[in-house]
Amino acid sequence: MIDLFQTYWQSFLWSDGQQWSGVAVTLMLLIVSTLGGFALSIPLALGRVSSSRALSAVIWLYTYTFRTTPLYVQLLIIYSGLYSLEFIQNTAVLNNFFRDAYCCTLLAFVLNECAYMTEILVGSIRASSRGEVEAGKAFGLSSTVLNLKVILPSALRRALPAYSNEVIFMLHGTTLAFTATVPDILKVARDVNAETYATFTTYGLASLLYLLISFGIIAAFHRSEKRWLKHLRPRKAEAVSTTVPLIKKGSYV
Amino acid sequence: MQWLEYLPLIAKGALSTVELALVALLLALSLGLITALAKLSGKPWLVVPAQIYTTLIRGVPDLALMLLIFYTIQIGINQITDKLMLGHFEIDPFVAGVMTLGFIYGAYFAETFRGAFLAIDRGQAEAASAYGLSGLQTFQKVLLPQLVRFALPGISNNWQVLVKATALVSIIGLSDLVMAAQEAGRSTHRTLMFMLLAGAVYFCLSAFSSLLLYWIKSRSAGWVREAEL
Repeated sequence: MIDLFQTYWQSFLWSDGQQWSGVAVTLMLLIVSTLGGFALSIPLALGRVSSSRALSAVIWLYTYTFRTTPLYVQLLIIYSGLYSLEFIQNTAVLNNFFRDAYCCTLLAFVLNECAYMTEILVGSIRASSRGEVEAGKAFGLSSTVLNLKVILPSALRRALPAYSNEVIFMLHGTTLAFTATVPDILKVARDVNAETYATFTTYGLASLLYLLISFGIIAAFHRSEKRWLKHLRPRKAEAVSTTVPLIKKGSYV
Repeated sequence: MQWLEYLPLIAKGALSTVELALVALLLALSLGLITALAKLSGKPWLVVPAQIYTTLIRGVPDLALMLLIFYTIQIGINQITDKLMLGHFEIDPFVAGVMTLGFIYGAYFAETFRGAFLAIDRGQAEAASAYGLSGLQTFQKVLLPQLVRFALPGISNNWQVLVKATALVSIIGLSDLVMAAQEAGRSTHRTLMFMLLAGAVYFCLSAFSSLLLYWIKSRSAGWVREAEL
């Protein structure tokens, strides 16, 4: 067991000698897909809550399709399905893109993650306080300013707990990358298992690494919730009495 | 129309996906209920293992766990059969799929049930025991019916996730919908079409179960009226 760690710890963590592998690749997949999905989800969520019925329906169809089909099927469609089309093989740009395992995997992950994140954000935008939006309109804010300064800041804060769940689910999803030959933690574990037959140790080690990453994500979200959701914490009774300003004798207030 | 010949294969795959999901659901529900009760029992020797189970399982990706459980069990069985001088014995992929999925999703259901138990008003159980109902009667006649209502949103969510997770069992060798689609695609060179078809089947399964769950929800709500917004 110790031999196994000594021989393979480097490929489990960041590199197998020729290319990136293991934890480094898993984290890269996770970060790119969550950030990509997040960035795309903002305009889509705004489109989905907009007054245009057609736009909203199209975006709903996209999120519903990607949320009801397994990520594995989506990955297979993009990785082996689309590449079988002739026009993709004949167009140089598309050919290069779909031949690359990383590009296909990331495309599938970003599209999938974006669908979930859009719905989370839509839910939290819909929960916006009516008064806040009305007040914004009464101040004559344009719809862009209203979205950027009033609706999104509070909606994103409210979505934070749901995002932490979603990021952990995305971490679980990244394990599918090995089916497209991307050397993430699970691929390394499979390769090491094929070489050493130490099944329990290799897969156990991989599971442990995933568990540690999950704990890291949870800790990070706890910290950010403490920071961004400070105003939603239940107020302590004694805190109220100290914030009441004392009026000094003889002051004009 | 050579590809039409493969439609029965896809249908068979879809059927085995549904079967797998349903049996795994039953296992996961019972495991979840037991774990939730253990967690709420307040006895350290029950709480600690239940806590470890739910935390470990929910922190590790289902695919990694599936490979870990599947291969480890197979190797364990091989060692036992070798020691007892018995013939080689392969675990049935369906049984392995049900066991791993049920074991994994049991942890998610446990949290759902725990939340639902906590949502039931304490006074209900107190009133039941004041009426002289035994512990089992209280659970069966008072707590369980309300539990269903509180747990239903969580159960629906987990069910949808579980159906999608069944796609992973093709990786450990069960001939489900995904594997059927892959085979059909390979032999007809129409991978994209068959994969899209598989996706469409999952889409329909999910849409159908939403309808069904909506119907169950409106039935189980019964006497409760929700706020109208």
